[in-house]
Amino acid sequence: MDWDKLVQLLVNGVTLGSVYALVALGFSMIYGILKLLNLAHGDVVMVGAFIGWGVIGWLGGAQDPNVAVWILIVLMLLAAMVGCGFLGVAIERFAYRPLRRAPRIAPLISALGVSFFLQNSVLLLFGADFRSYEAFDLVDVEVGISWGPLNVWIIRIIVIASAFVMMAGLWLLVTRTKLGKAMRATAFDREAAAMMGVDVDRVIVKTFFIGSALAGAAGVLVGLVFGSINHFMGFNYGLKGFTAAVVGGIGSIPGAMFGGLFIGLADALSVGYIEDFTRGRLGSAFSDLVVFLILIVFMLVRPQGIFGKPEVKKV
Amino acid sequence: MSLDQGPEQEQPRIGVDEWVASAEERRARSLASRAQDAIDRAPAPVKLLALAAPFAIFPLLVDSAYLMQVGIDTLIFVLLAHGLNVAVGWVGLLDLGFVAFFGIGAYLYAALASEYAGRHWDAAIAIPLIAAAAAAAGFLVGLPSRRLVGDYLAIVTLFFLQLWLVILVNASWSRGPNGISDLYPLQLFGQQITSLDGYFYVALVAFVLIISFLYLLNQSRTGRAWRALREDELAAELMTMPVGRLKLMGFAVGAGVAGVAGAIFAPVQGAVFPANFDLVLLITVYAMVVLGGAGSLVGVTVGAVLINGSLEALRDADNASWIFYGIVVIALIALLRPWWQPFAVIGATLVFGFVVHEVAEQARPSLVGETVFGGSRIDELIDAWVLLPQDIVTQDGLPTGWTGRLAYIGLVAAVLGLTLVRSRVWRMVGLVPVLYLAACVWANLLIAQPAVARYVLIGALLVGLMAYRPEGIFGKQRVEIV
Repeated sequence: MDWDKLVQLLVNGVTLGSVYALVALGFSMIYGILKLLNLAHGDVVMVGAFIGWGVIGWLGGAQDPNVAVWILIVLMLLAAMVGCGFLGVAIERFAYRPLRRAPRIAPLISALGVSFFLQNSVLLLFGADFRSYEAFDLVDVEVGISWGPLNVWIIRIIVIASAFVMMAGLWLLVTRTKLGKAMRATAFDREAAAMMGVDVDRVIVKTFFIGSALAGAAGVLVGLVFGSINHFMGFNYGLKGFTAAVVGGIGSIPGAMFGGLFIGLADALSVGYIEDFTRGRLGSAFSDLVVFLILIVFMLVRPQGIFGKPEVKKV
Repeated sequence: MSLDQGPEQEQPRIGVDEWVASAEERRARSLASRAQDAIDRAPAPVKLLALAAPFAIFPLLVDSAYLMQVGIDTLIFVLLAHGLNVAVGWVGLLDLGFVAFFGIGAYLYAALASEYAGRHWDAAIAIPLIAAAAAAAGFLVGLPSRRLVGDYLAIVTLFFLQLWLVILVNASWSRGPNGISDLYPLQLFGQQITSLDGYFYVALVAFVLIISFLYLLNQSRTGRAWRALREDELAAELMTMPVGRLKLMGFAVGAGVAGVAGAIFAPVQGAVFPANFDLVLLITVYAMVVLGGAGSLVGVTVGAVLINGSLEALRDADNASWIFYGIVVIALIALLRPWWQPFAVIGATLVFGFVVHEVAEQARPSLVGETVFGGSRIDELIDAWVLLPQDIVTQDGLPTGWTGRLAYIGLVAAVLGLTLVRSRVWRMVGLVPVLYLAACVWANLLIAQPAVARYVLIGALLVGLMAYRPEGIFGKQRVEIV
């Protein structure tokens, strides 16, 4: 047993998983409240990554930033969160709200259009090349925790920690504040909530803002830890985020966090081991196959996910 | 809200019984729906003839190989759009893995007729076999998703597409991203097809056969059951319809049609690559179905021809300008009422543009220093009208700095903001600078990369269609009962 490899893969998995969890959270919140699959969510992640990249360039580049590194990272996260939050609000306002009463398939097609529009707009404005955050210049790779076989680069710690801080913040928001109560009420029964005096439209807008802001933050974290971003990266993160939300139980916040970590670990471990297990017949690119199989198994065995409640069809 | 006598008593309220009952009558008032009714009433063979005849005479009218190639592509796209229409338009399932079945068809052709496979099967055997295999693949993909509501199905199928691409790129039998490039030409009843005209007619025959099959299917008991399922799954189930089996059938039929399209596409291209079956193709086919009108055979055909035609024309910067300004003018005329308003807006925009151009030239000559990329006649006129700051894009058409990018983002925001303006007068007034900004962004940015710009337009088209005309050009408006 190669312990170094296993530990490294576990660290990778947790890093990846915390990013997936952030994506899954936004996706799950929006689904919970609108019963709508926001297919454009992955592309919001991509836009967030580009906003972060823009901030680095604006503040003098990764090699010689004008401000302290930690301020730079905070600014990137903030800019991406605010930018993507407003992007999410705009998507809701223009692509989904006119379709609230339309057949279920209509907003999904509209979401496809949004996704395609965002991807190609970024392609138009920034080109098809991969862009790099050059995080290696930002923070030395040597800096971090080193303990036995465990070697964690500081950037990974920052990524995992900020993801968990955001998840905790969201948890407090949903369980402890008035807005959180309104969100839960709207998710439970939109009409009843409206009758109880909840301004449903406003709650939906705020949900989109928060969910998309988390996606934007996830985009910056991806850029920081995996280095390169391009206009098509959102597809992968969207897909894995969706899977994580489904596995955890769609509409459930702890479910999305757990699902994200689970899918992240599954992804990282299968990247590391699939070649050994299949005696070299399948390369590491086939880790998607493992995640897909997990999705299928969950759909068949437990469609409500780990933390979800079985959906009762109301007639 | 009360039922007391008021002026609004005259008009039945939206969603109430009388309003629903008079839906047909209201529909019959507009020109488009009268045309629609005429199409509906025409006997089926006449409709088929009317659809196929323009394709049949197409090769007689054109003599360039390029246009023939475009014609074949269009027919293949028409087939694809009809396949997707079965799942999306009739059964109401969001199948996002659809182009994977197109890929399966193409790669199966490569497996049955290529130097690489060492076989050369006759198309008369190969194509039905491929259709059956693709349908079986559709059946299998649908199997785990049978019980799922629309959204979950979308994820599973999208993931399936991703997986299919991963396999194609990484597996050894598919030769990875380089694809299989030594396909044999299509051999039909011992006859090798080598000319473009030949392929065009093969595609046309496939089109006529498939559209007849789909028409009959739609008229059959199964077709009616599909429509019932689409409108209300629960009610259909209570009427003892086998919902799961019907969904699987829809999936399988759509996949089979896509397989046939793939089997024709592969020998036309002479090679198959994983990049042929990506998300771009998927969304393009969706745009075709939605634009034409999901559920309508005529509509889907027209939608596919329109979208593929304009995508092809937009490839070229010279045509692209004509199409862009043409679409803007047509959209204005179609959307603004009364009739003189669009002309007033266009006139005002022209005047506004010349004034801004003149002021900019006096104030800072560098703002008008460039010439438009392209250089057709319309572009020379545009030169004198829009702002063309120097050095806004690089050689390959990418913006050099943030001016161009911000102008683009500002344009998107302005167009969206304009849809929020309620007052008709202010909307007209706002339209003038927005149109001018659109022209500036087009001339500076979009025209430099027409290949990307056309997909931006497709994305915007999908969102706009769903918001303003979800039934497309030929689809039936669905009366929603509140």
